[in-house]
Amino acid sequence: MIDFLKKILSNRSSKFGFFIILLYVVLAIVAPFIALPYKEYDPYIVRQHGFEVEPKKPSLTYLFGTTQNQYDIFYAMIWGTRLAFKISISVVIISSIIGVVLGGISGYYGGFVDEILMRFTDVILSVPSLVLAMIIAVVLGPGIDNIIFAICCVWWPSYARMFRSEVLRIKNLNYVLYSKISGGNTFWIFKRHILPNSIYPVIIMASLDIANVVLLASSLSFLGIGSPQGYADWGQIIAMSRNWIMSSFSQPFSYAHTVIIPSSFIFFFVLGFNLVGESFRDIFDPKIK
Amino acid sequence: MKKYLIKKIFFIPLTFLGISFIIFFSINMLPTSILATGYASTDKELTKKDIEELIKKYDLDKGILKRYISWLSKTFCGDLGYSTSAKMSVTDAIKLYLPATCELALFSIIPIFLIGNFLGLKSAFKRNSYFDKIVKFLSTFFYSMPSFVIGIVILYVFYGIFGIFKPQRYSLETEILISSGNFTIYTGFMILDSIINLNLQVLFDSLMHLLGPSLAIFVGTSAIFIKITRSSALEELNKDYVRMLKAKGLDYNCIVSKHIRKNILIPQITIGGFQFIRLLSGVVIIETIFDWPGIGSWGVKSAWQLDIAGLMGFSLLISAFFLIGNLVIDILYVIVDPRIRYD
Repeated sequence: MIDFLKKILSNRSSKFGFFIILLYVVLAIVAPFIALPYKEYDPYIVRQHGFEVEPKKPSLTYLFGTTQNQYDIFYAMIWGTRLAFKISISVVIISSIIGVVLGGISGYYGGFVDEILMRFTDVILSVPSLVLAMIIAVVLGPGIDNIIFAICCVWWPSYARMFRSEVLRIKNLNYVLYSKISGGNTFWIFKRHILPNSIYPVIIMASLDIANVVLLASSLSFLGIGSPQGYADWGQIIAMSRNWIMSSFSQPFSYAHTVIIPSSFIFFFVLGFNLVGESFRDIFDPKIK
Repeated sequence: MKKYLIKKIFFIPLTFLGISFIIFFSINMLPTSILATGYASTDKELTKKDIEELIKKYDLDKGILKRYISWLSKTFCGDLGYSTSAKMSVTDAIKLYLPATCELALFSIIPIFLIGNFLGLKSAFKRNSYFDKIVKFLSTFFYSMPSFVIGIVILYVFYGIFGIFKPQRYSLETEILISSGNFTIYTGFMILDSIINLNLQVLFDSLMHLLGPSLAIFVGTSAIFIKITRSSALEELNKDYVRMLKAKGLDYNCIVSKHIRKNILIPQITIGGFQFIRLLSGVVIIETIFDWPGIGSWGVKSAWQLDIAGLMGFSLLISAFFLIGNLVIDILYVIVDPRIRYD
């Protein structure tokens, strides 16, 4: 494992990627100190400076300026980072647990159970994830927990399939068969032999998937289906900037900050994960460089 | 091969049935009175008394399985319901919106294939040159950009600052012209129709509206296409037969066009085909940003307005695209590479 990390960090672009991710992690951790919570009961509600409609330019008081209805962009971005991590990490953990349990059962026992479960994942995977998540989120109504649930519903099948194929590979290896003959019970074999040997691909896939979950979640909020109004969510802030595309002809850049700042926040987040992901792929598949 | 295809074709309706049940089940978590609107056939029906009648008629107060069966029998008769967000029946709405989405998808997939092929192959051949580095950097750059960011930025730059590439499908004057009766709609593809009608104004106008969203799709999708072309071409270039061809004295163009291009078709079909299905299924986000009156923006609108029939119709249509598209990709594999056999 340490060897592996060393290999990844030897690449310049993946080093850059790691650096970006680290920055975001630090930003998410120190969020309460650099952007004091606005509403004590729910810090994710964006600070609002008055109720004027027109966005204000960045200044010393409002570091990144304000967007529509005077939502503070700096506050929204900082807490948005935390929200992005909150959503993506919970989705990834929940769906990998579901994936490991169902994929494990399906791969280990095979037969009828396997057939049913795999057909079920087939069905879910043949609906575009954005569409299915959109339907579930619409039905549940706005809310962070609802988004997490909706994304989990579309996210676990790929983990289940991946873990299943790993289990299929390992369950017929000699040491597992030997353990079976020696009288180890199923749960013990699973815990002791199969899980430690097949969990790594799932962990790697899950950690790289964080960016994709964030993308899906912010696409939902962008479409107005995700987080409640006024939440510190990158997608929502970008959606607000849609109303300020047209600016007066004398000053074409007066509202540019409402578009550029949230866009670059989400862009660098995804870029960081993609750079690291690319070098992962290079290590696993050294043929292509 | 035949056996595989028959099995596959046999499974498609089954999977489709499963999909329809899952979507139906998720939507049916909504309150009954909202659900009843999905069964109405016109806007006029929707008084409180009518809703109660609809609930009775379609067993909306009964169990989920019974409801599903009654919905299924209704759907099989070709009645997909009335879409309250489009203010017409779902079948009419699909007929209206599908050509717009198809036009956009076709218009953007062709440059993606051509330019993506060119850039990917070139940068693979000139590996580690400045050209390669720039292409690699740009494709990673745009690959990491979420589609809504690309869309917003393009709309901002080309519409907000320069005032060209307007959102929507055509401007007001053209809409008046189209509805005036001097313009006949044959295919629903504005570009084709304007050429058939010999109307340059409509042609220019619809082109200007088409360029914005298709540029946004092009930028986002070609990045992944270039990446896959480049890496699979590199893999081919390392193979022995290419070295042999080089030793034989064949020049770059011949190696590329006669050998490499054919051998990298499989990954290209996988990625390109998948992207095309995704485009057809309405690039939900790009269509919403550019107010493009296609399947995707209709789906989002019906989600906002809790238009049950519209949402059902939209998601079933998209899933059908996915299933059929994947089948076509499977068949294309065999046509392109006769070594592949599904046994």
